[in-house]
Amino acid sequence: MIELHDVRKVFPARGRSGEVVAVDGVSLRVEAGEFAGVVGPSGSGKSTLVRLVNLLERPTSGSVTVDGQVLSDLPDDRVREARRSMGMVFQHFELLDSRTAAGNVEHPLELAGVGRAERRRRAAELLDLVDLGERAGAHPAQLSGGQKQRVAIARALAGRPKVLLCDEATSALDQASTTGVLDLLRRVRAELGLTVLLITHEMAVVKAVCDSAVLLDRGRVVDGGRLAEVLTREHSPLADALLPAPAADAGAGHGGALVRVTVTDRAPETVVLQTLVGELGLAVEVAGGSVETVAGGRYGRLLLRVTGDLGRLDGAVHRLRDDGVLVEQVHAGVAAGAGR
Amino acid sequence: MSDWSRVYPQLLEAAGATLYMVGVAALVTVLLGVPLGVLLTVTAPGGLAPRPLLNRVLGLLVNLGRALPFIILLVLVAPVTRGIVGTTIGSTAAIVPLTIGAVPFLARLVETSLREVAPGKVEAALSMGARRRDVVRTVLLPEARPSLIAGVTVTVVALISYSAMAGAVGGGGLGDFAIRFGYQQFRTDITLLTVVLLLVIVQALQWAGDRWARRLAHV
Repeated sequence: MIELHDVRKVFPARGRSGEVVAVDGVSLRVEAGEFAGVVGPSGSGKSTLVRLVNLLERPTSGSVTVDGQVLSDLPDDRVREARRSMGMVFQHFELLDSRTAAGNVEHPLELAGVGRAERRRRAAELLDLVDLGERAGAHPAQLSGGQKQRVAIARALAGRPKVLLCDEATSALDQASTTGVLDLLRRVRAELGLTVLLITHEMAVVKAVCDSAVLLDRGRVVDGGRLAEVLTREHSPLADALLPAPAADAGAGHGGALVRVTVTDRAPETVVLQTLVGELGLAVEVAGGSVETVAGGRYGRLLLRVTGDLGRLDGAVHRLRDDGVLVEQVHAGVAAGAGR
Repeated sequence: MSDWSRVYPQLLEAAGATLYMVGVAALVTVLLGVPLGVLLTVTAPGGLAPRPLLNRVLGLLVNLGRALPFIILLVLVAPVTRGIVGTTIGSTAAIVPLTIGAVPFLARLVETSLREVAPGKVEAALSMGARRRDVVRTVLLPEARPSLIAGVTVTVVALISYSAMAGAVGGGGLGDFAIRFGYQQFRTDITLLTVVLLLVIVQALQWAGDRWARRLAHV
């Protein structure tokens, strides 16, 4: 549905500052119906990247294709038409203060030349969809942050888009509102079959709603893929960002060997414990880590301190690997002998 | 004071002349100053339709109009006035320099108001497929409306003050009245009365403008 090919965006030098390469050769593919995330530190080019998709920024080079149409080749007036099949939601909502909630939802319809009666009907329908039907006559100043963002989502959906772009849509919201907005995004995506591209610096947001994600750093994609796959990949910077590995020193100085395991639905911690404790008779203590729900599945990274007959540990690590558990021995322990 | 009955009709006539000059000049100023302010905003670097050269030329003209003392402008534009009105004397003739003086003033205020509309709102409209003129019509002007009304109010008050000088070209009005009946005939009471009348008019305008702006502001 969305495809970027080797896209670069260079902002020309301005005043005393030199030219800035905001996006540096990014290729990205989002399938129809996918909920994709772009994460990265501030200044990594995320916001520019999402603006390249609806051509609010024209790429310096490379191509942008949405729904089979190569937008980067189109003249301005055709780009404007294409934008109507994409909704966009912003960090600071960007609702018009001079209009009511319903008036804001009608705005894109007005721009598309939809008649007044139809606009009214559609705005009411959309406000119902985002559970704000009874606040149709309220001005943005009378709404909470979460409510404003829900109105903004209704507005973004007014033109029946296929693609929804979210630029830090929850970053200005408190925890409860964030949850509400994310639930809404998930719901409308399922009900309307949308393709969503979401930009955020909050890993919790990616874990809550995304099927896939890319990690952006200084304008380049450094890692990415479907979360289910990324989280069980070794040495993945994106996995490290999503589920920080427990620090090895959390369990240092107490003897024994330290082992870091990644557990999943298919290879849960019970399998690990069964092997280490049940079959090999080792003593296992959880020194750190957490288990969370990500992309609808259960994932965790645990740091285990293993004591007992450590000569058996090497074999155990191999056994676990064969069972599909990601295992890494971070500290061999005193009696481990041939530690890895 | 035996001559009040002689002064009153003249005072009323002068007040009428002031309202006529200011009213017409204000109307034309809004019709010209708002589009000029929009043009200044959108052609600026980083604006909706950047045209650096045009922007600089417009900016220069506006600054020129604002830098000139009104009394000088009054004399300078006399040929233009004659071209439009046919004469350089009288209330109607005074409307031309009043308008020329006030348009740049309002244009700058409009520019300031439009600049204060969050760029994100413009971007949101563009993301919905808005054309540039749609952005001006549906985002910039409506969002800046309370501030634009405040700008128009300030401009009209300035026009009233300018119009006091219109007496210099035989335009009549309250300023002219205060000079001829008050100052030149050593009638401080008449001068004071005129000042009070002007104050009442300005206060009423400001009050109405503020009220209107506040009613439209949803923040």
